[in-house]
Amino acid sequence: MTATRGHLISVTINGRPAEFAVTPNLSLLELLRTDGGSPEVKLGCGEGVCGTCTVLLNGEPINSCLVWAVQADGGEITTVRGLAADGELHELQNAFLDHAGSQCGFCTPGMLLTVKWYLDRHPTADREELRHAIAGNLCRCTGYTKILDAIEAYRDLRLTENDGD
Amino acid sequence: MATDTGRIQGRDAPVKEPPTRPAPTRGPLGRTSPVPHRDFVEKVAGTLPYADDWGFPGILHGVVVRARVPCARIVSIDVSAAREVQGVRAVLTAADIPHNAISEEASGLGIEQTVQPVLAGERIRYDGEPVACIAAETMVAAVEAAGLVDVEYEDEEGVFTIDEALAEGAPNVHPGGNNYVTYNSEIGDVDAAMERADHIIEATYQTPRVDHAYLEPESGVGWVDSDGVVTLRVSTQVIEHARALAEILELPHSRVRVIAAYMGGGFGGKEDMTVEPYLAALVWKTRRPVRMVWERQESLLARQKRHPFRMHYRTGVRDDGTIVAQDIKILGDAGAYPLLSSRVLFAGGVNSTGPYRCLDARMQSTAVFTNTVPASAFRGFGAMQVVFGYESQMDLIAERLGLTGEQVRERNFVARGDIRVTGEPIEMECGTRECMHRALEELGELSQPTSGGKVGRGFACSMQPYGRSMFFADRASAWVGLEQDGTMVIRAGVTDLGAGQAASLANIAGEILGVTVDRTSVHIGDSHLTPLTGGTFATRQLYMSGNALQKVATLLRDKLAPVASDLLGCDASELEWANNLVGVAGDRARSVTMAELSRTAEAREVMPYCHDTFTAQAGEFDPETGQGQTYPDYTHGCHAADVEVNERTGEVKILKYVAVHDVGRAIDLQRVEGQIQGAAAQGIGYALSEEMETEGGVLHSTLFANYLIPTSLDLPDLRAIGLELYLGKGPFGARGIGEPPIGPCGPALASAIHDAIGVRMLRLPMIPERVLAAIRTGRDDSVPGPGKEGV
Repeated sequence: MTATRGHLISVTINGRPAEFAVTPNLSLLELLRTDGGSPEVKLGCGEGVCGTCTVLLNGEPINSCLVWAVQADGGEITTVRGLAADGELHELQNAFLDHAGSQCGFCTPGMLLTVKWYLDRHPTADREELRHAIAGNLCRCTGYTKILDAIEAYRDLRLTENDGD
Repeated sequence: MATDTGRIQGRDAPVKEPPTRPAPTRGPLGRTSPVPHRDFVEKVAGTLPYADDWGFPGILHGVVVRARVPCARIVSIDVSAAREVQGVRAVLTAADIPHNAISEEASGLGIEQTVQPVLAGERIRYDGEPVACIAAETMVAAVEAAGLVDVEYEDEEGVFTIDEALAEGAPNVHPGGNNYVTYNSEIGDVDAAMERADHIIEATYQTPRVDHAYLEPESGVGWVDSDGVVTLRVSTQVIEHARALAEILELPHSRVRVIAAYMGGGFGGKEDMTVEPYLAALVWKTRRPVRMVWERQESLLARQKRHPFRMHYRTGVRDDGTIVAQDIKILGDAGAYPLLSSRVLFAGGVNSTGPYRCLDARMQSTAVFTNTVPASAFRGFGAMQVVFGYESQMDLIAERLGLTGEQVRERNFVARGDIRVTGEPIEMECGTRECMHRALEELGELSQPTSGGKVGRGFACSMQPYGRSMFFADRASAWVGLEQDGTMVIRAGVTDLGAGQAASLANIAGEILGVTVDRTSVHIGDSHLTPLTGGTFATRQLYMSGNALQKVATLLRDKLAPVASDLLGCDASELEWANNLVGVAGDRARSVTMAELSRTAEAREVMPYCHDTFTAQAGEFDPETGQGQTYPDYTHGCHAADVEVNERTGEVKILKYVAVHDVGRAIDLQRVEGQIQGAAAQGIGYALSEEMETEGGVLHSTLFANYLIPTSLDLPDLRAIGLELYLGKGPFGARGIGEPPIGPCGPALASAIHDAIGVRMLRLPMIPERVLAAIRTGRDDSVPGPGKEGV
């Protein structure tokens, strides 16, 4: 693709190293959706408001529409497909399935990554804290109630598992 | 087959099976599904290919060039510089579109058509109207060329509000005048009944222009297939647009095919065509595959919205609260083109009396053209705007008479057999009363303030139709068959908005044939390869395709039953179809697998598949008299809420929210709750924050940053209750639930705000500025405009 000629960058996408030649004005989102082979990263608004394009860059959630591809050079990128290991869904994904936390599914990839990041740091967060945690990820289908139900179920499952260790 | 050549874009895209999971979940109708339907698994895995996650080597990038004036004559269009940009393969203007008209007789009642061009060639009627479209090898080239399309405009005087449009001597948006269509219905003698009333309650209400704001932009790809068929794979609610596209290209209907990808939300905004005509024209012109994705900003600017309504209600009541007369006038801003306005204002008008009995009633509803972005379908479709009118009226009546809101409603609830303003009786049972009681009971004790504000409680009821107007004589077809290994295949032209439309088909057929969802493949949304069901809109899809599936699955079971009973040595009436087996009821030892049944049937030339059509109950409506049959049935409900109003800022915080609807029979109760919660969230945004303001035809809210849909912080937990009270007309007695839960939010919250601060909001959205103004003046918020008879 002609749009990706230019600066050479190295990144890992879901643990897989890759190199791309990118123009300075190419967003990380566009790179991921095209040559990056990660169409699971979705474009929602392109202005950094809806959180649909959220990925983890070096472990932190970012709006990939607002980050240039060149800024990701040397970085580790995790998309929603990085959550599932060896063909098994992550327990957070299972919780979204069980609680119907996904309807049209378009906000789901970004939502899952934000939640994963937040609960890794705040494993005992309560429902109100979780409500704040996902405020940057818009959902137009669910009204968030079942999303929060799913997140709480996953949180409780993790806490139970850790108790057993 | 050409679809097999389409691939998720990008050379690295691994094409592999999505992760699966074995754990059971709640089944449809309580039993047949051990796993969630595949689309939901793929959605959480991130592997579901949406319309834009698809591509071809060498695909071109398409863009639409839009006018940025609201009302003008086009003097000239010069595309020569745009065509010279390196990599540009096509620059199309009005002259390049074979039949430059998006034409559909939308009303179903013979309302005269007003032609909407695919590309404007003579006049610009709204800000953002398409004037050209471009396909280029790169997006950079397409955008550069778009900037070089040189259009000379001569500004013309426009009409930007309903009042301007209806003023004497106003310039016309279209030659036929600014009154696009008016419906009148009347029963009894309204004037005489009004004379006899003890009280007349009169008010004007206003609702906003809002955007669907689904998260997936309008998008798709198109190509000319190997057999010469123009094929689009797009995010759409209606694959039947293939015919309109064929007419635009002046091709036979059989030469244009539309495939609907699973949508990232639609809510009515993908019911009219979006990218389709531009994609189709560019594909046909270049004979190359083309991709088109609209930017969020152009989606907000120029794709159709919900109609703003101004509603004047005059209600005559007796001292005891009994409604004796209703006189209702509605004006809806249709924007610059008709689209589905004729149907929306019809729905608004005939549903404007709500779930309340009145034998002397009159309604008039009018769609008005203005030089603003067109309005069309949006969840609730006219029947939701009027809920704000009729429910606010009930509160005003209660207030005037010193009764409670419950008492006034109790006196007036409709029941089966009551006559509507259209002269037709209500055919099915009505559960509004039970929903009201349940919602209020569920709310419990009045909430305590959380931050020193005033707390209030309110509720609102609704009765909204599901299914298309009966004069459309609606139809849906479906195909179901068993493979030799006993797995089930379903084919139906359903489009899936994300609400589980495909999953429902698997659930319904599975309930009848006993095949589990994990052993079922559902093929949907292909105008050439799946039997047509009609689009997913009007809360019709479960009703229509659900009934079609129930019909074909039952036919197939009846066809296979003799083979099964012969294999099992039992009577057909003893057969039990469950868990991928056909057995003898009560005798676990005797059963055959679906695979064995399927193979045996085929060997005996009993082909294990069926295709048939469900036809909805048809009716007739006379637009001259306003009398006749309108909708097949209704879904009833009640929402109740506690709010806290900050008296210093005017902010409204919802403390508790309960939404109750009678769903007849839930196909999947969890998904029903999801629909209720999602609609309530959208209705709460409509009530409190969403509004697309225009000034001189220019829209101010063209960013998500200033068009405020609810975030997780703006909503409380939404308690959704799907009651199974009275059976409806859907499969197994289901009632539609996609749209109805969006109606009661606005009036329920207005009622709660009134309870908290003693003033009533007559306009939506109830933004802090308006609430604060009402608090400070101590007067009800009012609607600007002529008022009284002029609405």
